[in-house]
Amino acid sequence: MKLDKISQNLLEKIANIHALPDGAVSFRKNGKGEFVRSTPNIEIMKKGDGSGIDIFVHSSCQKEACHIPVVVSEAGIFDLVYNDFYIEDDADVVIVAGCGVHSSAEAGHNGIHTFHIGKNAKVLYLENHLALGNGGGKEINPVTIIRLGEGSTMTMETNQLGGVDYSSRETKAYLKNDSTLEVKEKILTSNFNVAKTNFKVYLQGKNSKCNIISRSVARDESEQTFKSELIGKNECFGHVECDGIVLENSKIDSAPKVSAHSSQASLSHEAAIGKIASEQIMKLMTLGLSEKQAEEKIIEGFLK
Amino acid sequence: MIELKHIYYTIMDNEKEKTLLNDINCTFYDNCITAITGQNGSGKSTLTKIIMGILSPTSGKIYFNGKDITDTTVDERAKMGITYAFQQPVTFRGITIKELIDIASKEDNSLSKACEYLSRVGICAKDYINREFDKTLSGGEQKRIELALTLAKGGECVIFDEPEAGIDLWSFDKLNEIFEKNICYIVVSHQSRLLKRADKILVLENGKVSNFGNSNEIIDKLQKYKCKLVRED
Repeated sequence: MKLDKISQNLLEKIANIHALPDGAVSFRKNGKGEFVRSTPNIEIMKKGDGSGIDIFVHSSCQKEACHIPVVVSEAGIFDLVYNDFYIEDDADVVIVAGCGVHSSAEAGHNGIHTFHIGKNAKVLYLENHLALGNGGGKEINPVTIIRLGEGSTMTMETNQLGGVDYSSRETKAYLKNDSTLEVKEKILTSNFNVAKTNFKVYLQGKNSKCNIISRSVARDESEQTFKSELIGKNECFGHVECDGIVLENSKIDSAPKVSAHSSQASLSHEAAIGKIASEQIMKLMTLGLSEKQAEEKIIEGFLK
Repeated sequence: MIELKHIYYTIMDNEKEKTLLNDINCTFYDNCITAITGQNGSGKSTLTKIIMGILSPTSGKIYFNGKDITDTTVDERAKMGITYAFQQPVTFRGITIKELIDIASKEDNSLSKACEYLSRVGICAKDYINREFDKTLSGGEQKRIELALTLAKGGECVIFDEPEAGIDLWSFDKLNEIFEKNICYIVVSHQSRLLKRADKILVLENGKVSNFGNSNEIIDKLQKYKCKLVRED
């Protein structure tokens, strides 16, 4: 399938691909499923009502990738899609999602993703969000529901790369025995962007583990809210870490919360928000960078 | 060559003016190691920060190779050829040692070339080059990497603020070996080993120059008066 230039540009930025890749792919554009390709190990099926796709990852899938990018390039479109993932026992899959919005006026994407993950499976889920183009009102609101089976591991890396005027991320996860959820979130906001994140993780199983790391940079007049709650209902381990850099007149509110409903639960949280340390800027300036270049380098490193 | 003329530095402390540097006049020559020593709080680090531009003098002039640089910024001075190694190295999250070496040397070094800078300060380069320059490194490691950055940057005037601190386990003599000649070196130090290697010593006392001259003369004076400025190693 040949892609237009806007799609190419967005796909390059959100999924690091220049064209639709080989293997399992679902490409959605402006509210419609444009292209679907399955493989023997990963079956992608459109839902009968057109509301999204079902993805079946079989046990035979071992380190295979599945790309499901979304592009919104027409003003006025607010796409809503339901994608359900069924990951069989012992499967090992990389899912590259992400949404790029490029329009001259209001547009957005709301992706509701539900993961049903079997036993001893391994999932790496990568999701990048980006908005380009003039005019405001670009929204991306992902909802992710994760049901993690015994002994399974899911690593979720999400990046909001900039330009998104409003985003609201809701993530809920339910962890069974010996399962592990790792979340790495990075958010960059500027201008008058508003970004909200809300994680709620139920550590139900014995020896379940969750580690959430959030790094955020807020610039200009932008505002970010980070909420997370770990609920330990068994012998489990959970940690939430939220670090933010606030620049200019921006705001970051961070509220990590841990709730132990078992005496065997071990939960912790930490949050640190502040401006860039002046000695860091000064050090890079002594190496020859301008103040602006030093600031950019520090932010780049912080979000790396 | 760095010349300081009538440098004053005053801050407000509990709503009272406090003069940290009081009419400093001195010249730091090329091909010469000048050590700045003095008790804690005498103004040593403040003076070097003023030379680098990290602090601005309340009044007075700073000349670099005859050019007035008083109103220039830190990065402008860095580009002119003034280099500064911090007493407490500044660490970063997400920035690797290789990246910092590239920034300092203004080029995208090959791994082997970047490693050379680390090897020269006694670090097994391959173990460090792609590590982040963060707080997981020990104080001694940070200090040596700070010196490696100084080497990578080079310059006509190199300022070390207590370079020996934190590298006690490393051969002190190697620190001297990495100093190249024909450069104006300014070294803040308490340690007699380093003071003895200096060509000149400037002694600060309560923000004023109390002694400035050839190192052997100054060391004699300090010993004669049983001055405790110098720390024997």
